[in-house]
Amino acid sequence: MEIEGYLKKDYITNLVKQDKREDARKFDEHRKILVDNDYVKDKAPGSCFVQLGKTKVLAGISIAVGEPFSDRPNDGVMSTSTELRPMASPRFESGPPNDESIEIARVIDRGIREAGAIDTKKLLIEDNLVWIVFIDIHVLDHDGNLIDAGGIAAMSALLNTRLPKYEDGKIIYGEYSGKLPINCVPIPCTTAKIGKNLLVDPSLNEEYAMDARLTVATTDIINAMQKGGTGSFNEEEIMACVDAAFEQGNKIRKMLSTD
Amino acid sequence: MSGNGDVVLIKDGKRLDGRDFDELRDIKMEVSVLERAAGSAYVEWGKNKVMVGVYGPRELHPKFLQDPTKAMLRCVYNLAPFSVDDRKKPGPDRRSVEISKVTSEALSSVVMLERFPNTVVDVFIEILQADAGTRCAGLTAASLALADAGIPMKDLIASCSAGKIQGQVVVDLMKEEDNFGECDLPMAIIPKKGEVVLLQMDGKLSRDEFKDAYKLAYDGCMKIYDLQRKTLMDSMKKFVGEGGIENGD
Repeated sequence: MEIEGYLKKDYITNLVKQDKREDARKFDEHRKILVDNDYVKDKAPGSCFVQLGKTKVLAGISIAVGEPFSDRPNDGVMSTSTELRPMASPRFESGPPNDESIEIARVIDRGIREAGAIDTKKLLIEDNLVWIVFIDIHVLDHDGNLIDAGGIAAMSALLNTRLPKYEDGKIIYGEYSGKLPINCVPIPCTTAKIGKNLLVDPSLNEEYAMDARLTVATTDIINAMQKGGTGSFNEEEIMACVDAAFEQGNKIRKMLSTD
Repeated sequence: MSGNGDVVLIKDGKRLDGRDFDELRDIKMEVSVLERAAGSAYVEWGKNKVMVGVYGPRELHPKFLQDPTKAMLRCVYNLAPFSVDDRKKPGPDRRSVEISKVTSEALSSVVMLERFPNTVVDVFIEILQADAGTRCAGLTAASLALADAGIPMKDLIASCSAGKIQGQVVVDLMKEEDNFGECDLPMAIIPKKGEVVLLQMDGKLSRDEFKDAYKLAYDGCMKIYDLQRKTLMDSMKKFVGEGGIENGD
């Protein structure tokens, strides 16, 4: 067991009982979000560095060409991975993805995929050849809520991704033929439950103290949800998380732009 | 969730297999189906066939994983290679790792882990035949197997899914509905508390549709709970009938 989390849990739980958060935020607020698009623009066709409070993630987009899935012969392909780099937390270790990083990647992926954020119908190059979009989320500093930070970074990077030139069966790196077609902008919003209280965007210490969390990814409708942790939610709490997700989603969506 | 509008999933107000929108598939449950495991269960849910074995509480290795305040509950959800149309490559993939994680979190909410510090309770879920809704069937069976093992629990976990097909919110999607529907919402609850311990969703739902789907899934879970209780009661009756408990005590 982890001693830091064990100790912080008491501290945060008592603070929340007094209707307070350690950074003086309101319960329904995200931390300050800083978005830096095209962070690795010389190589990656799309990228975005996001700071959510002290959490730092870098999303990079890679584009390749390949065969479509046989049941969707005219659609492009997307794939999402998350790497919890060891520099980001003393808890993280090198090696293959563990259940935590797989869950983060799959929840972010679901939001983007199910909303149809990438217009995969426009990614057909020729018969049996489509663009493949890889979303890689690199977690560099873990101060809580990696799903929201990663989801915002991935979406902002996609909004600013360029499609490479493709000529004579080859990708020409560094030259571009246009932008990656985007239909809509799904945003994940995670709410933590600590005691009877619901807190949007939990920090790392709040994650130590939370009984459960609920992530809701929204556009103008709900596109993905994921409950985590060993605690439980009642219906009223779930609807409060859904409403918070619509509200926060609208705010965050306005911050993301295409340059 | 392709939302493919070309496939007909509702005809004359009924679903492909003749079910109403709020009707579950046929479900069979049985406990104590394995010899070596501390507890076990088998669930047939439509075309799904799921077997669960529980081991423990037992010593947890490696030692640094031990928690002096409680036991660890470890789940492995495994899809058999022959359980689906296209053979599934054996071993864990990203999907099964995620399902194992959310399942173990859901079960941890009711199992009294603080009674068994430094130990592990292992729950092995084998999907022998899959036809959508396997995580719900697996979780339902896992909860039965834990009870069968006599591990103290605050309540059972009951699980059921809802979804949307052709714009209609329905309960308990089968494979065709899962493939061509617009949304899937697997859920699990602690029935006595009325609270949700597993909730996932992918697809497209408005806020109002979500409320409808939530209600359908919740009511489905309650039906599952009744079946689970009946199964455990029957198994106890059988146990007593076979002289499992001595007279006079």
